[in-house]
Amino acid sequence: MATRNSIRTPLARAKGLGASGGGTDHFWHHRITAVSNLLLMLPFVVIVALVAGRPHAEAVAIVSHPLAAIVLSLFVVSITIHMRLGMQIVIEDYVHGKGAKIAAVIANTFFAIAIGAASLFAILKVGFGFGPLL
Amino acid sequence: MASAESARAEAKRPLSPHLQIYRWTWTMAMSIFHRATAIVLYVGTVFLAFWLVSLASGAEAYASAAWFFGSPVGYLLLFAYTWALMHHMLGGVRHFVWDFGRGFEPSQRFLLAKLTLAGSIGLTLVIWIVALIAR
Repeated sequence: MATRNSIRTPLARAKGLGASGGGTDHFWHHRITAVSNLLLMLPFVVIVALVAGRPHAEAVAIVSHPLAAIVLSLFVVSITIHMRLGMQIVIEDYVHGKGAKIAAVIANTFFAIAIGAASLFAILKVGFGFGPLL
Repeated sequence: MASAESARAEAKRPLSPHLQIYRWTWTMAMSIFHRATAIVLYVGTVFLAFWLVSLASGAEAYASAAWFFGSPVGYLLLFAYTWALMHHMLGGVRHFVWDFGRGFEPSQRFLLAKLTLAGSIGLTLVIWIVALIAR
């Protein structure tokens, strides 16, 4: 039997989740969504610039184009996941009370999901609902 | 008397050195900018959702949203948001460079920090000039 030089149990080592219980997922997902944010940034800025200043019918025509709707949807999903992870780091840095910290982290998750759900619903409604009919 | 003075001096001594203690450096400033722009972008997603939901709610709702974003306050908000977006994006690229174990030498760190600020201002101006010309 091999000797252990660590107080960590073999099971804990095998799981590799560490003190946070979540392993490196938080860090890794933050980086993955940073990459997807970066890739989606240019098309997002172009779509917003194209839509800006146009009347409703024209704005709907642009956003309801499948390519625009898909890019906007991916962007919204990517940024809301990224900002949830990022804000959790900020909360964990500055909110020290245990109860307040847990409450803030939960509120952060709710906010990110609410923004994501509202934006996604809006994009899909425009994409499915109006478009050529208008 | 002497002990009272020393006690007062002791009380004034900063117990936990924070921002006001340190000499500002480019890397420190850009690190703070990175987190500050992150928080601005976080709050600003409310406006993104507001814009998209108004678009999905019909012509009347969209007209009021368009009026807001087309107002001087709206333009200022959008301009500031563009800069925050570009700055946080370039700050993220800087972090990618560091993630690959590069750019840690003092001269490289300061160059990256300055490029982040200059690049974000440059990109913001390019986006707005192109968007306004293409209008």
